[in-house]
Amino acid sequence: MGISLLSLLIWLPIFSGVLVIFIGNDRANIARWVSLILSILIFVISLSLYTSFDSSTHLMQFVEKSSWISQFNINYHIGVDGISVPLIILTTFSTILVIIAGWEVVTKRCSHYMAAFLMMEGLIIGVFSSLDAILFYVFWEASLIPMLLIIGIWGGVNRVYASIKFFLYTFLGSVFMLLSIIYMYNKGGSFAIIDMHNLKLSFTEQSYIFWAFFMAFAVKVPMFPMHTWLPDAHVQAPTGGSVILAAIMLKMGGYGFFRFSLPIIPDASLEFSEIIIILSLISIVYIGFIALVQRDIKKLIAYSSISHMGFVTLGIFTLFLSYKQDIIEGSLLGLEGAMVQMISHGFISAAMFLVVGVLYDRLHSREISTYGGVINTMPKFTGFVILFAMANVGLPGTSGFVGEFMVILGAIQANIWYGVLSASTLIIGAAYTLWMVKRVFFGVITNPAVSMLKDINVREFSILAVLAIVVLVIGLYPQPVIELMHISIEHLLHQALTSKL
Amino acid sequence: MEKIYLIIALSPLVGAVIAGFFGTMLGKTTTHTLTILGLLLSTVLSLYVFNYHVLERGEVFNQNLYTWIQINNLNISVGFLIDNLTAVMLVVVSFISLMVHIYTIGYMYNDVGYTKFFSYISLFTFSMFILIMSNNFMQLFFGWEAVGLVSYLLIGFWHHKERAVQANLKAFLVNRVGDFGFLLGISLVLVFSGSLDYTEVFLSLEKTIDQQLWGLDLITVICLLLFVGAMGKSAQVPLHVWLPGSMEGPTPISALIHAATMVTAGIFMVSRMSPMFELSDIALTVVMVVGAITALFMGLLGIVQNDIKKVVAYSTLSQLGYMTVALGVSAYSVAIFHLMTHAFFKALLFLVAGSVIVAMNHQQDIRKMGGLRKKMPITYWTGLIGTLALIGFPGFSGFYSKDMIIEAVYFSSLSYSSWVYVVVVVGVFVTSFYSLRMFFLVFHGKSRVDVHTAKHLHESVSSIIFPLIVLAIPSLMIGYLTIEFMLFNGWLDNAITVASSHISMAKLKYEFHSAASMIPHAIQTLPFWMMIGGIAIAWLFSIYKVQWANWVQKKYYRTNYVLESLYGFDRFNDLIFVNGVKKLGNFLYKVSDTSLIDKLLVNGSTKVILLVGKILRLIQTGYVYHYAFLMIFSLLIILTWVLFTGENPLFEL
Repeated sequence: MGISLLSLLIWLPIFSGVLVIFIGNDRANIARWVSLILSILIFVISLSLYTSFDSSTHLMQFVEKSSWISQFNINYHIGVDGISVPLIILTTFSTILVIIAGWEVVTKRCSHYMAAFLMMEGLIIGVFSSLDAILFYVFWEASLIPMLLIIGIWGGVNRVYASIKFFLYTFLGSVFMLLSIIYMYNKGGSFAIIDMHNLKLSFTEQSYIFWAFFMAFAVKVPMFPMHTWLPDAHVQAPTGGSVILAAIMLKMGGYGFFRFSLPIIPDASLEFSEIIIILSLISIVYIGFIALVQRDIKKLIAYSSISHMGFVTLGIFTLFLSYKQDIIEGSLLGLEGAMVQMISHGFISAAMFLVVGVLYDRLHSREISTYGGVINTMPKFTGFVILFAMANVGLPGTSGFVGEFMVILGAIQANIWYGVLSASTLIIGAAYTLWMVKRVFFGVITNPAVSMLKDINVREFSILAVLAIVVLVIGLYPQPVIELMHISIEHLLHQALTSKL
Repeated sequence: MEKIYLIIALSPLVGAVIAGFFGTMLGKTTTHTLTILGLLLSTVLSLYVFNYHVLERGEVFNQNLYTWIQINNLNISVGFLIDNLTAVMLVVVSFISLMVHIYTIGYMYNDVGYTKFFSYISLFTFSMFILIMSNNFMQLFFGWEAVGLVSYLLIGFWHHKERAVQANLKAFLVNRVGDFGFLLGISLVLVFSGSLDYTEVFLSLEKTIDQQLWGLDLITVICLLLFVGAMGKSAQVPLHVWLPGSMEGPTPISALIHAATMVTAGIFMVSRMSPMFELSDIALTVVMVVGAITALFMGLLGIVQNDIKKVVAYSTLSQLGYMTVALGVSAYSVAIFHLMTHAFFKALLFLVAGSVIVAMNHQQDIRKMGGLRKKMPITYWTGLIGTLALIGFPGFSGFYSKDMIIEAVYFSSLSYSSWVYVVVVVGVFVTSFYSLRMFFLVFHGKSRVDVHTAKHLHESVSSIIFPLIVLAIPSLMIGYLTIEFMLFNGWLDNAITVASSHISMAKLKYEFHSAASMIPHAIQTLPFWMMIGGIAIAWLFSIYKVQWANWVQKKYYRTNYVLESLYGFDRFNDLIFVNGVKKLGNFLYKVSDTSLIDKLLVNGSTKVILLVGKILRLIQTGYVYHYAFLMIFSLLIILTWVLFTGENPLFEL
């Protein structure tokens, strides 16, 4: 069959990145166009992944396997199921956005900037499609490097501190993951993730592995109390970096819980689920209060991201408590809600960070107090902002509602208080988002610079418009997304509920 | 029929989309023509639907349009449930919305956001349709939040006014507090019934029997949580605080959204859920008491207000309280009946107020009006009709609905209902007092209008006058015409369930003879004389002896202070919630997040690592004599160890 689809999706972006580097910073315009065309091409290819995907089976599809390091039985083994396909499409989609978003704005080492994003795209798709744990680990760590460079080179004043903090934090977490992967290899003799799913593990072993995985994934998500790297990273990162960070890199953590924690160590996941739930609820409520008092728009949105990602981990880990007498809808609501929340957050957070980018490009300030009355000079832009703010608030009809609604419906079946606490985001989320909107966009203009602002141009308009359409379509008709993942999630639920002891 | 329902719902949406995206391109006339045509279509078809369902007793339509999500056996869809309740609501909403659309032409013509305004009010109408046509909780919540969104946008329509953007944030957040309860209620509905579809939920209500939560019956908890949602949307104490602020928005939307339709969504919702509320006397009692408190105490605030719109706003709060009381005593159809009559006369009153405001050059203080009767005859007469309907003057539409509420409370067997009866009767006096006070101050007496405005004072343009006249007709007659059918001849029977133990409606039916015979009967009852008393006092204080009003205010300055500070709700909320939450947020951010987690744990651990590194570096100097010294020193220690204990520690390793 020639070169296979999945390999193409991993390697085409990486080689595109190399190509773009060779175009060089002097020929920035060519670099931009080549990057854009290639990223669109990659997106189209990823769509064909969706169209030819069979959502009626939980088995891995588009599987490729060839030996890589034969002494240790490490293989180049990739494949996708209904959990990874939406995340891959989210990745290819977001990459186009950041390339357009950086179009005129990034003048410093432009081709390197574009190349970094293209390479990161390939590496992240590698993460979402690896079926070999070592391959997964390699992609997982490798994807840190472009992000480190993006923050470190194109970031703000404090970029070095932020990038090192980001790197060390996430690196530290994943070391523990590597240890447990090696441990399981020693025990089962295989690095294949599917074999690990079937590996018998005692409860003590599972517990250690659980916390090791937890370190890796919780840092990525990020969950309270391992979240403090995120606001720093976001504030210092350039707009494109923030978009990819929020839209995709955080999802790697959630994906880890789906792909590793639940099926490999179900008993430990069950045992510790309440701890994770409590941490998730803290993420949702506590971080919401913190978001409220931020003075920096970007930091506010970063905290809002953490709060929203709390719904992902909440949805995942309530599964153990929300099924009753073989009625699994409650658990499925949580799990599928978590997936929808990840996808939806991908779009909404991308939009919110792009919004900040639009403002920052004009006035080079992220302080809320710099603005006020922006609607007077940028009415179109404000229209989009209100829509995305409402999506962030979880208004029905936007994608933001679907995931939160499903997770709350699932959580309340586990314990009414989980429902009460998570639903409080209805109030807190609205408070921090709309208060920010009020201070930045409404009112009279006090800063003369704001009165000179120009409304968004065609480039900015088209990015925001595309995102707006996606956010609305998923909000009004989420069933196709659910359908895509349903069988895989159901299988996963079955695995998670089957004890290994 | 399905197509007709779809057209009703979608034609305002199409209008909204066109006006929103192409409004500036198409120009004012085309935009308002298109949106009004869309609404006209909806109104005509709503009348058709009303005729089909209510008059010809057509079959209830209950069908899903498309699947929103399907997870194994759980299906959440978008669909329509059209029964008589929906049909009545459709007519009310579409008709008033149409009138407000027409009114807007005159009212907003010189506003820069003219086309945007049309887009919003059409979008609102669409959202309201979705809310009332829904056949499941998810879609109900969608409509619920969507009307809230449009309300938010419209309160802050004049976004340069700090008060307006403050008010719209407040409105959204307070509504969200209600929605918080509402969403929990919906979630609990799913927990026990495994469905969000109305019919399926109502069929599985027996599953809740014997289930407890928080020391109450499960069904009680669910009803109370749903009612919290209704309290937010329908502005019941203590979640009423957003409604007076919403008056910062343009007057047409005060009429449409904050008087006639959106704020009654809570009343509609509770009526829709009557099979559930009927199972819990505790919930019904709470509903009744909250309604009574709102009815009386919000009415009292109307007395001391001087902003023409604020008076009408407090009157709306009070009337919503009356509707809620009716819900509490299981007189759902009476609540819907009052919702309908109120929608007409309150929309009319707001539009009258708007007409006055335009004529007065956006002066809203009633102390600076007076004697407008001669200058604005049509506004005056329609305003009189609206006012008489509001105070329940015999024969006017409000008379029938309010009298029925009072009677229903009288017959109720719920605990505390006798107290509530006293409250709603006193409420009649209060209503009549503040309504007539405003009416007299605006239209009668000596003119206190400033000279400049007085010169240009004249009757409003035809697009403003037309809706006033059209709304005055139902304000006058709709009560008389429909009371018998709506309450006693089963117009709403296929939508509303009343348990046999709740006897109010049965007794009302027994006592009722005809709409005409209610009038002579009413004159012999207390509420009528309360109303007359209210009129008399209002006349005394605002026309005959104005100085008496000042004297009373001074004499009872403490009471006056309590009323003027609106019982301190706003101050309390600012102090406890707004500032409290900000302080908490700052505390968590600075102390816990920044200092404890980030500085101490994260950066602290890197510092520890650096320190360890430094110490380790000390012993790795690279000098041979350092290493030699270390070796000898270590050997010495080991040898001493062996000498004194007789064991060789190295062998044991």
